[in-house]
Amino acid sequence: MTTYSQVVQYVITGITIGGIYALIALGFTIIYNTTGIINFAQGEFVMLGGMIAVSLATTGLPLLCAALLSVLLVTAVGLLFERLAIHPLKGASIITLIIITIGASIFLKGVAMLIWGKDAVRLPSFSGDKPFHILGATILPQHLWILGITLSVMLLLHLFFEYTILGKAMRASAANRLAATLVGINVRKMAMCSFALSAAIGAVAGIIISPVTFSSYDVGTMLGLKGFCAAIIGGLGSSPGAILGGFLLGILESLGAGFLSSSYKDATAFCILLTVLFLRPRGILGRP
Amino acid sequence: MAKNLRKLPSGRWGIAIFILCLALFPLLTVNNPYYINVMVFVGINTIIVVGLNLLMGYAGQISLGHAAFYGIGAYCSGLLTAKYGCSPWLALPAAVALTASVAYLIGLPTLRLKGHYLAMATLGFGMVVYIVLRQLSWLTGDSSGLMGIPGISIGRFKLDTDLKYYFLVWTMAVGVLMLSRNIVNSRIGRALRAVEGSETAARTLGVDTARYKLQVFALSAAYAGLAGFLYAHFMGFIGPSTFGFKFSIELVTMVVVGGMASIWGSVLGAAFLTILPECLRVAEDYDIVIYGLLLMVVMIFMPKGLTRTTVDLLKSRWTASPVSQTNEE
Repeated sequence: MTTYSQVVQYVITGITIGGIYALIALGFTIIYNTTGIINFAQGEFVMLGGMIAVSLATTGLPLLCAALLSVLLVTAVGLLFERLAIHPLKGASIITLIIITIGASIFLKGVAMLIWGKDAVRLPSFSGDKPFHILGATILPQHLWILGITLSVMLLLHLFFEYTILGKAMRASAANRLAATLVGINVRKMAMCSFALSAAIGAVAGIIISPVTFSSYDVGTMLGLKGFCAAIIGGLGSSPGAILGGFLLGILESLGAGFLSSSYKDATAFCILLTVLFLRPRGILGRP
Repeated sequence: MAKNLRKLPSGRWGIAIFILCLALFPLLTVNNPYYINVMVFVGINTIIVVGLNLLMGYAGQISLGHAAFYGIGAYCSGLLTAKYGCSPWLALPAAVALTASVAYLIGLPTLRLKGHYLAMATLGFGMVVYIVLRQLSWLTGDSSGLMGIPGISIGRFKLDTDLKYYFLVWTMAVGVLMLSRNIVNSRIGRALRAVEGSETAARTLGVDTARYKLQVFALSAAYAGLAGFLYAHFMGFIGPSTFGFKFSIELVTMVVVGGMASIWGSVLGAAFLTILPECLRVAEDYDIVIYGLLLMVVMIFMPKGLTRTTVDLLKSRWTASPVSQTNEE
C-alpha cells in the first residue's frame, strides 16, 4: 500500500470512529448545557445501546426493530438515572455530582456484566460485510452507515433545537436558568429531557459501532472518556465544537495509531486533550 | 461550631488512642494473618488518601489521576532496586522526589484550570502515565509487569512477614497523618482553606494561591510516591493494571466517602473502601454492582461523607443541653 492510500485509509477510519466520538460528545454537551453536570456515565449508555440491540437481535427480531427498541430502553435508563440519582440532589457540589455519575457508571457496567457476561458480542452489519475500494483504501459498508446515521442524528438534533418548542425551551434553560424559569419553563423537567436525549444519542452510537468494534460490558468507559475529550477539545458546551472535536480526535488518533504507534493509540487522545487544556482551555470553538 | 468539635476525642489523645489500637490490633488477629494483610493495604491507601484529601478537601482541587503518582513511585523504586541493585532505603527518597517533581511540573500548567477542566486534565495525565507504564516492557523485561522487587530490611532485621511490614506501613502512615494534621492547623492549612472557600478572595487577602496549590499538589503526590514504594516492596511484583483510572477513582471515592477536609475521615474512608471489596468478594460478580450502588447512595444521602455525618449526629446528641445550644448561634 502506498503512503497516499494509507493516509486515505486512516482518515476514513478516523472519520468513522470520530463520528461516534462526536455523538458521545454531543450527549455530554446536552447534559452539561442544561444542568452543568459532566455525566461520566455517558459511555455506559453507548455500551447499553450496543448490548441491548445485540441481545434483541439474537432473539430473531429484525435489526431495525431491535435498534429502535434498544434506543427506547436506554432512554428509559437515562430518565430513571436522572430521576433517582440526579434529581434528588439540589445544589450539590461538582465533586459530589462527578462521584455520583461515576458510581452510576460502575453500577451500570456491573449490571451489564451480570446480564451478558464478559464476552464481546457483535451486531450483524446493516448491509453485509463486502468491502469496496476508493482511492486505494478499503471501506466497509458499515462505515458508510455510521457516517450517514451520525450526520442524520446531528441534523435531527439541529432541527430539534432550532424549530421545536421543547428544543427551544432546553436551549433557553441552558442559556439562563433563572430567565427560563421566569418565562414559565420548567427547568428541572428540561434536565430530565437532556438526560433522556443524551441517553438516546449514546444508544444510537453504541448500536452503529457494534458491527465494527464489537460490544462488551466494558467498552463504555473508554468510549465515554474519548467523547469527553472530544467535547473539551471542541469547547465544552458548544455543539458545533463537540462535532468538530469528535471528528478531529478520531482522525488524529487514527493517523497517530497508523504512523506512530498503535500501542499508544489511547494515549494520543489524552495527549491532544492535555495540549488543548494547557494552551487553550476553552477549546477550539468554546466561548471565553 | 469549632468549640464543640474540640470536645470530641481528637488532638493528641485521639492520636494516642489510634496508635494504641494499631499496636494492639495484631494481638486480636493472631490466628488470621489475612487480616494483617488487609490492614497493610489499608495503611498504604491511607497514606495516599490523606494526601489527596489535603488537595481535594482543604485546597478544593480535584485530581482524577492520583493513581499515576502511586504508579510512578512504585515503578521508580521497583526499577532502582530490582534492575540496578539499589538499596530500598536509597530508592525511597528517589521515588518520593521523582513523584513530587513530576507533580510540580505537571501542576504548573494543570492547576491553573478549574472545576471540570482540572478534573479532565488530571484524568488525561493519569491515563497517559498508565499507558506509558503498560508499554514499559522494554525496561521491565516482562509485558505483565516488573518482578523480583526485593523486600525491605532495617539493618540485619528483615521485614519478611506481613506482621513486620504492618508495623513499617503504619509507622509511616501515622507519621504522614501527624505531618498532615500539623500542616492543616498551620498557616498553610488556613491558606489552603481560604483557597477552597474562594480563590479570588484569598488572592485579594494576599495569599499566593498558585504557590500553595502547587505545593499541596506536590506534597500529595509525594505521599502517593511513598505509598507506591511501600506497595512495590510489599508485593515484590508490580503490574500496570494496579495504577489505572479505576484506582484513581477509588482514591477519590475514599476521600469523599470518608469525608472531605477531614484527616480522620481519610483513614476511615481508606479503611472502609479497602475492607469493603474484601467482604464483597463473597458476593463474587455482584461486588462491582454493590460497589457502584453504594457509591451513589453514600453521595446522595451523605454528601458530607461518613465522618461528618456521624460527627454531626453525635454533636446534635451532645449539644442537646440548653447551654451549648446558645453557643451554637
